[in-house]
Amino acid sequence: MNRADSAGLASRVAQHLARRARWRAPEILFWLAAAATLFALPGKHLILAEIAILGLFALSLDLLLGYAGIISLGHAAFFGFGAYAAGLFSKHGLIAEPVLALLAAGAIAAALGFATSFLVLRGSDLTRLMVTLGVALVLRELANRFDGLTGGADGLQGVVMAPVLGRFAFDIGGHVGYAYSLAVLFVLFLVARRIVHSPFGLALGSLKGNPLRAAAIGIPVNGRLVGIYTFAAGYAGIAGALLTQVTQFCSLDVFSFERSADLLVVLILGGTGYLYGGLIGAVLFKLMQDWLAAMTPQYWQFWVGLVLVAVVLVGRERMTAWTGVIRGSSGAR
Amino acid sequence: MFRGKWLAAGIAFAVAAGVTQAQDAVKIGLILPMTGGQASTGKQIEAAVRLYMAQNGTTIAGRKIELVVKDDGAVPDNTKRIAQELIVNDKVSFLAGFGVTPAALAVAPLATQAKVPQIVMAAGTSIITERSPYIARTSFTLAQSSVIIAEWAAKNGIRKVVTLVSDYAPGAEAQNSFKERFAAGGGSVVAELKVPLATPDFAPFLQRARDASPDAVFVFVPSGQGGTFAKQFAERGLDKSGIKLIGPGDVMDDDLLNGMGDAVLGAVTAHLYSASHPSATNRAFVDAFKKANNGMRPNFMAVGGYDGMHLIYEALKKTKGVTDGDALMGAMKGMQWESPRGPISIDPETRDIVQNIYIRRVERIGGELYNTEFATFEAVKDPVKAAAKK
Amino acid sequence: MLTILIDGIAYGMLLFVLACGLSVTLGLMNFINLAHGAFAMAGGYVAVVLVNRVGLSFWLALPLAFVIPAIIGAMMERTLYRHLYARSHLDQVLFTVGLVFMSVAAVDYTMGSQQVFVQLPAMLQGQFSFQGVGVGRYRLLIIVVCGVLAVALQAILVRTHFGSRLRAAVDDARTARGLGINVNAVFALTFAVGSGLAGLGGALGAEILGLDPQFPLKFMIYFLIVVAVGGTSSVTGPLLASLFLGIGDVAGKYYVPKLGAFAIYTIMIAVLIWRPYGLLSRHRGR
Repeated sequence: MNRADSAGLASRVAQHLARRARWRAPEILFWLAAAATLFALPGKHLILAEIAILGLFALSLDLLLGYAGIISLGHAAFFGFGAYAAGLFSKHGLIAEPVLALLAAGAIAAALGFATSFLVLRGSDLTRLMVTLGVALVLRELANRFDGLTGGADGLQGVVMAPVLGRFAFDIGGHVGYAYSLAVLFVLFLVARRIVHSPFGLALGSLKGNPLRAAAIGIPVNGRLVGIYTFAAGYAGIAGALLTQVTQFCSLDVFSFERSADLLVVLILGGTGYLYGGLIGAVLFKLMQDWLAAMTPQYWQFWVGLVLVAVVLVGRERMTAWTGVIRGSSGAR
Repeated sequence: MFRGKWLAAGIAFAVAAGVTQAQDAVKIGLILPMTGGQASTGKQIEAAVRLYMAQNGTTIAGRKIELVVKDDGAVPDNTKRIAQELIVNDKVSFLAGFGVTPAALAVAPLATQAKVPQIVMAAGTSIITERSPYIARTSFTLAQSSVIIAEWAAKNGIRKVVTLVSDYAPGAEAQNSFKERFAAGGGSVVAELKVPLATPDFAPFLQRARDASPDAVFVFVPSGQGGTFAKQFAERGLDKSGIKLIGPGDVMDDDLLNGMGDAVLGAVTAHLYSASHPSATNRAFVDAFKKANNGMRPNFMAVGGYDGMHLIYEALKKTKGVTDGDALMGAMKGMQWESPRGPISIDPETRDIVQNIYIRRVERIGGELYNTEFATFEAVKDPVKAAAKK
Repeated sequence: MLTILIDGIAYGMLLFVLACGLSVTLGLMNFINLAHGAFAMAGGYVAVVLVNRVGLSFWLALPLAFVIPAIIGAMMERTLYRHLYARSHLDQVLFTVGLVFMSVAAVDYTMGSQQVFVQLPAMLQGQFSFQGVGVGRYRLLIIVVCGVLAVALQAILVRTHFGSRLRAAVDDARTARGLGINVNAVFALTFAVGSGLAGLGGALGAEILGLDPQFPLKFMIYFLIVVAVGGTSSVTGPLLASLFLGIGDVAGKYYVPKLGAFAIYTIMIAVLIWRPYGLLSRHRGR
């Protein structure tokens, strides 16, 4: 292919990507509504912060599952790793400023992701599920074992957060916590959006569809998978760190199987492959859970289960058909 | 560290709202694990709390008492968020419940910040009450039972013991308290076995315990696993080979005892409460509890909830309905009363519970299994904090 | 130590009976049934109610602990599961997780949150001594029952007409249909038997693993481990995997207690790195 042709091709690809990356009306509305909750719903900021953190966590899994086709039941491994990292940074005064600690925790979690990425390169879906789960459970045991460092089953004590950017101190009403979480979510969302609407993102899409063919046309399949796995691990680590910073507490539950399983449910509920699925799923799931638990503290699980069953029977696609406008071009499911 | 503009505004708002609500309802936020592995604890405590309110009415000093029950699933970040919401949105005057130690610890800083009394009705680690001056406990500490059984064992011909505990903080605490007191009494711990928390099968650990041929095995496992453990203990023939089963009474939980079968007859444990405690107060309590809950027998968690409510009610009576955190804590310190478990009091220095610990043996009475008390150690304070003071 | 070996084998056999239904369902119908643990729980509670409350003999309760979950499985397959065969795995995960939540809460409501125990007949309690080695009576029962089941399953699979139809349907459902095999009936029957086995495993396991409403959630991990390590294309795969894991877990905790909790997870990860599709499976790419 001569230079003129490849230049032409490159610009066509860039145009195509630019078209897909245009901001559509529903997206803008979504973020405007989110920003509005900062002022409109002060009483709900505590649970909204949890939703934002869960949304970020689900976003990171979406990058894996929706864009690269890697299913994981152990994503909590990175979440927990980031959570404890942030907790330890602040407890021992290593990195006092929360945003820096957040980035550092994310980097450490990404390193862990890189180190364990080779585990998900081979095998069937079931293999990946179990291997990732195994890693998360081993980490949980390690955290329990080294309880001098992590506080073990009692949880990490003495995590006291300095004010964000030196100015905004965390308050009991959760307002600063929510604003902080939402801001982090938005920024990371933008970065993720940039990445999926790039040649790297296109490569991921093709290897999700057919890894053999992708390899045949010269895409370094394993390299891309390792890349996205590391990136998603970093995001999960930041979500975990955010949780520790906002709640100023960290315990072994950050590694639990329940956390990974709930995450999978949240993401499937919202839909994979278009970045908003995790966020929408987090909002729906958490609000539903909160509402049901208020009505029946003991048996809310039954109703949540019923809703999940009903959603599947009715058809997930029909439930989230209205998000088709956003999904339109990315052809997600 | 937290002193920012937001905090001052938030607290001022809450206090102002509290003042304007002077004659409004007193809300109690009850945070319990109602789902998940600890659900039976949550059920027992909620039932006991409601029983107390049914028996003693819902008006104190002219103010109505309202209960808000929330499930935290024993996940501490849930507990913390729920507690925050209860404080800021529902403006509760008391936080109560807390099924596991990390849940209680997570909420401690909130209690301090908001000056809201935190009544721990279930969690049992020593350090909890030290984490906030607004914490009072009506449940127990593991160390209380562990050292008492150590004393009893040392005085009753048990020389060699193998300890078998779950591998997490409460297990370590139970084991260490036992070991210290037992060694002081002349006994020796020949092997210390730690069982992973999620273990389905105790077989290898029981085999190791048997290999060491001790006089007794000291056991602590979380209340959900006690039954399986006791059954496997008997299945393995440890009781037949003369090895006794001792430990804190968590293993012989009244809630589960009947289902365990004759395998556990004769097991000796030390604990704060037995459903067969021979006092009129207890008989009335057990009968009323069973009647209100389909024949369910109350256990040591239930009694923690019952007494916790008593503490709240009496404190309110003393302050004549004023819900200022400091006044309430002052009212609670040193309070003494007769609980279904026996005489108890709240230690004014540590705000922890001081109670009798009984040595009991499992016996079959009237077709059902009960822990029959045969020795009493009176007014036992938490040994860990008491030792630290010396 | 022989006793430890027997303990490990019994534990492994129990895992096998509990998990083999899941393995066959996954391999046969390509259906991720995370609610498998709920059928096990059902069988356990059936046994508890029949023995403790109705007063039935333990020996009679065991077959009923197989039959009743099998019937429930068959009914659910007809009415609910059938519609989801063609759906994506994610839908199946969501659906079965929903079912698990519902079953856990329903059992909590009807039977209470505390652990329950089956009252064993006296002859099954305790140990007896064989050549100086202590052998638990109940564990021996488990080994015998599960061993017989394993042999029977393998025999059915390999030597009967039904078995060959089942294997054909597992290999390639479309071709099997084309050859006139009633694949739907095979599915239905297999699902029912798998659920029944889970129920029996739950009843047998109540004594050793502990039975409470959280059972499906607590043990889902172990079933998945057995299925992943054993592969989904045979009965011998999960059998070997369960034995390996059972003995490994028990022996690990006995000989190297410091590594106790890690043993089962690290064994699993190691095996899956070595053989990503399971110990005995032919490479499926699924």
